[in-house]
Amino acid sequence: MTAARVRGTALDVSSLPTYGFSHRSIVWWATLGMIAVEATVFALAIATYFYLRSHATTWPLAGKPPDLLWGTINTLVMLGSLLPNHLAKKAAEKDNVSRARLWMAVCLAMGLLFLVIRIFEFRSLNTGWDTDAYGSIVWTLLGLHTVHLVTDFYDSAVLTLLLFIGPLEGRHMQDVSENAFYWYFVVASWLPIYLVIYWAARLH
Amino acid sequence: MKRQPSEQEIRDAAPRLRDGPGPGSPEARALDETWSDAPGLIGWFSAINHKTIALRFVVATMLFFGAGGILAALMRLQLARPGNKLMGPDMYNQVFTMHGTTMMFLFAVPVMQAVAVYLVPLMVGTRSIAFPRLNAYAFWVFVFGGLMLYAAFFVNAGADAGWFSYVPLAGPDFSPGKRVDFWAQMITYTELSAIVEAIVVITTALKLRAPGMTLNRMPLFVWAMLVTAFMILFAMPAVMLASTALIMDRLVGTHFYNPAEGGDALLWQHLFWFFGHPEVYLIFIPGLGFISAIIPTFARRPMFGYTAMVLSLIATAFLAFGLWVHHMFATNLPELGKSFFTAASMMIAIPTATQIFCWLATLWTGRLNFKTPLLFVLAFFFILVLGGLTGIILAAVPINLQVHDSYFVVAHLHYVLIGGAVFPLFGAFYYWFPKFTGRMMSERLGRWNFWLMFVGFNVAFFPMHLLGMQGMPRRVYTYQAESGWGQMNFVSTAGALVLAAGVLLFVINALRSWHAGAAAGNDPWGGGTLEWAASSPPAPCNFHALPVVHSRDPVWQPLPSGPPAQPPLPTHVMGLTADERQLLVTTVVDARPDVLHTFPRPSIWPFACAVATTVLFTASIFTAWAVVWGMVPVAIILTLWFWPHRHETARHLAMERKP
Amino acid sequence: MFEPAGPQAHLILQLWHLIAWTCAGVFAAILLVLVAILLRTPRAPMPAAPDLSTTDKAEPGPRRSVATAVVASALLLLALVVASVFTDRAVARMSLVDAVNIELTGHQWWWSARYINGPVSDTFTTANEVHIPVGRPVIFTLKADDVIHSIWVPRLAGKKDLIPGRTASLQLRADEPGVYQGRCAEFCGLEHAFMGLQIVADPADRYEAWAAAQRRPASEPADAQALRGRELFLSQSCAMCHAVQGTTAGAQHGPDLTHVAGRRELAAGTLPNTRENLQAWIADPQKHKPGTNMPSTPLSQADLSALVTYLETLK
Repeated sequence: MTAARVRGTALDVSSLPTYGFSHRSIVWWATLGMIAVEATVFALAIATYFYLRSHATTWPLAGKPPDLLWGTINTLVMLGSLLPNHLAKKAAEKDNVSRARLWMAVCLAMGLLFLVIRIFEFRSLNTGWDTDAYGSIVWTLLGLHTVHLVTDFYDSAVLTLLLFIGPLEGRHMQDVSENAFYWYFVVASWLPIYLVIYWAARLH
Repeated sequence: MKRQPSEQEIRDAAPRLRDGPGPGSPEARALDETWSDAPGLIGWFSAINHKTIALRFVVATMLFFGAGGILAALMRLQLARPGNKLMGPDMYNQVFTMHGTTMMFLFAVPVMQAVAVYLVPLMVGTRSIAFPRLNAYAFWVFVFGGLMLYAAFFVNAGADAGWFSYVPLAGPDFSPGKRVDFWAQMITYTELSAIVEAIVVITTALKLRAPGMTLNRMPLFVWAMLVTAFMILFAMPAVMLASTALIMDRLVGTHFYNPAEGGDALLWQHLFWFFGHPEVYLIFIPGLGFISAIIPTFARRPMFGYTAMVLSLIATAFLAFGLWVHHMFATNLPELGKSFFTAASMMIAIPTATQIFCWLATLWTGRLNFKTPLLFVLAFFFILVLGGLTGIILAAVPINLQVHDSYFVVAHLHYVLIGGAVFPLFGAFYYWFPKFTGRMMSERLGRWNFWLMFVGFNVAFFPMHLLGMQGMPRRVYTYQAESGWGQMNFVSTAGALVLAAGVLLFVINALRSWHAGAAAGNDPWGGGTLEWAASSPPAPCNFHALPVVHSRDPVWQPLPSGPPAQPPLPTHVMGLTADERQLLVTTVVDARPDVLHTFPRPSIWPFACAVATTVLFTASIFTAWAVVWGMVPVAIILTLWFWPHRHETARHLAMERKP
Repeated sequence: MFEPAGPQAHLILQLWHLIAWTCAGVFAAILLVLVAILLRTPRAPMPAAPDLSTTDKAEPGPRRSVATAVVASALLLLALVVASVFTDRAVARMSLVDAVNIELTGHQWWWSARYINGPVSDTFTTANEVHIPVGRPVIFTLKADDVIHSIWVPRLAGKKDLIPGRTASLQLRADEPGVYQGRCAEFCGLEHAFMGLQIVADPADRYEAWAAAQRRPASEPADAQALRGRELFLSQSCAMCHAVQGTTAGAQHGPDLTHVAGRRELAAGTLPNTRENLQAWIADPQKHKPGTNMPSTPLSQADLSALVTYLETLK
């Protein structure tokens, strides 16, 4: 049993675990803080999109809405990546290093895939960032999310590398679990952005 | 390539000492050693102890305060008489922009965070701020951002579009050159720093509290800083988005604010004030925290109405996000919207009033120990209340439309910010100076300091109410003699100089006392919160044995009232590794011991990463591609920062207990 | 603000009195309590043990006082909100029958005003000095040419922003004849300090006479000096920015000068309109208003004199 015990007038904590998952970990709280900040940025960027739209007579201002193909494929790829992500998280929480390695690697492969598809997404926006305000906000939304994809991909790659070559300790399983937590956020935040970029431009 | 430590290495790395015994013991000496920063130049740049970083942070923000104050004095000299030729408009616009920007971004918010970095770990009874390396990084990023802004100012590229940088004036067409770019990028630096500090404070307050310090026993100052930190998380993103859009409009030709291409000038104002109004409260709420810390000590009784105080802080934070539009009443707004924001702006007075009444009740029912910190707090009741009441006046749309953007608003905002934040901050310095340095500040100089500041402040700013009502607009570099504003401006300038003399006296008092003040002892004022249980200045590890808390004022009441319990209740913690930077992590609400977390040792990487970040941010003013290549060194440094050493892993594995 | 000359400014002043005196009362009450505390609360001899008798106990006395004070503040604030909302409505509900329509545009750093009443032929443009008839409502349509400006005439009404890409309107009425000083209230760059606007409220007949005069093109110069001045005006850089109706000068980058001699001030409130000032201004505008968009014009003393003589004929 790992718990604090009273010894005389002292509280002996020496038998407590040296790491913990989810809200027991302080790093999890920092991740949650970053997620709060980034979610606010996304929310405000989406609010900006609709604010600009409310002042426009036609929307998109010029040209046509983005083509659906690549964005939709990418949404499916990202949703698909949730499975290996979930399995990596579960493996980490069961302290199973080899499975964590496997599923992190699969995640990375899918990450590479959606980064490549993202290039095609930019090319199918049918507007430039300097075309008009519509172009500016659409590029910014997609760009902001891409920054998250890139940084999350890089984080995960470094962590996966560590899993393969070490030195490893139990606490790195906590890192894998928190990395997966952030990955959930990056995918989840894409869904409203996807709807705004690809579908809000089609609704009248 | 053998990276994983061997069994032998792990056995050799096993910790030898566990904490528990008090000062003087080998365990205590080991703790002092473990938690100290390394000596030498590299050691200096690698320091991560929260008290070291916090003191540097406080000094840095106070230097910026001094710079902002000198700029303010220059403005007052220019305005002392009509048609003055001390400065032309180009200089004046830079000066007032730099003054506002400095005071808001480089002083008021960060100084509160800096004090929090020092005090929050002590008050919650732990050995460090959460994420000490990240904390050091935030400090360096802040310093570099401020230095960049001033470097630009000294080469005549000082921002000149106001601290609010309204577009289109701040846009590419009407502010060519790099001035506004430096301003916008300064925002990026300080936001990054502020957000990191907010996360650090939140984690410390929620997860590192001493066992037994339930949320319901957390000191009000920590509550105030926790609320402030949460506000930062949700307010700062708005200005970050706004300034990024601005700099993109300026550098890569986007059209967010360009009406000719579907953009909108008011978009900036909405985003800016969605941050800008909470900003006022995240300067003011720490001030409330200072007062809630000082009053109980000097009234010799626990705070009256703890729960009401906490709820008021939280209510203020929520309401603060609902009144940004009151900065925009003069734009074309629908009537209903205006009424809503009037109501919200007035209603935010209720939680503040509640706190004021609770403080008055505490003072009323206490016994007063009349020292300088209390003087500064009492000044709050005069200055802030007056500023709050002019705020209520300003919330009424019709009156707002008269005095908006006039000197009335200048008076109002200085009454609120100086009364609500600066006076409490100076009181806080007098209060905690003994804790920071181990020495008392001079009471005699303290009184002179106080009265000069109090009188100087009121003489400087009260006439501005009248000037505003007579029609003097803000942000003018001069005015004509026929306006009849000369006399009152002269009086105001005289007051400003007296105020400056008061601040100067503070600096003298602080420097003298630092070297030659009377020794303070652990608890010179008889305070009730945990920082007074630590030595002055605190040991590198803060507490040789972490306290176990049983009441709201643990120093006053180490054990619950009533007959002693059987078996006796624990008073302190034992069993943390003394030769590692190990902390006790507790549960969020009830502060039950949960996990032992080991922090890393001091490192140069935070400083190096801040340098790389500075290259990235500053270069991107000149070429957008810097955002791409500038990321490379940042990514490499972050990877090295994260990557564990084999010896470190061996030590961790030796201590490891799986959950 | 304290000498209102129009209905809006009147209403605002009334509200001001109500709110300011209420606030003053609250302020006095708090100070009174503070003074009472200083007088009656005993001093603590240091070191004094803290009084812990109140921990974990309710304090009904202070609690009642605080609760009463909070409820009273809330009610007072509610009353003020109601007063504010009603005043705002009253200000907005001024009768607009028989209103004068003026399109006011803010420029860095001057104002142009286009009177758009009746047929197009009646339209005329002036700058920096706006005449209005006493007792008749005026509707300003507000536009901005470059950055955000804000019009503020404290004795007549509250302010309103002029925002590029948007149109706003401001209604006001002057009930007494007089010259009302106005200015730009939103920081608009270098010469924000010198962006004055004069509202001149004339009795009906004088206003009509003024408007009729403004509609007429500039009169032909009578003497040779003025004729030479006009030639200079049209051949030098003046005509590239300024318009004088009745001549070939029709540019709109600077103030319309058709009747410049009839105005009280030069350069949006920078200088009183005298011959000397006009001469000094043309010779070196940057000296009087650093940063203004008007460049200095290199002219001989004689030419300058002729030019000013011509401008002075533009009554």
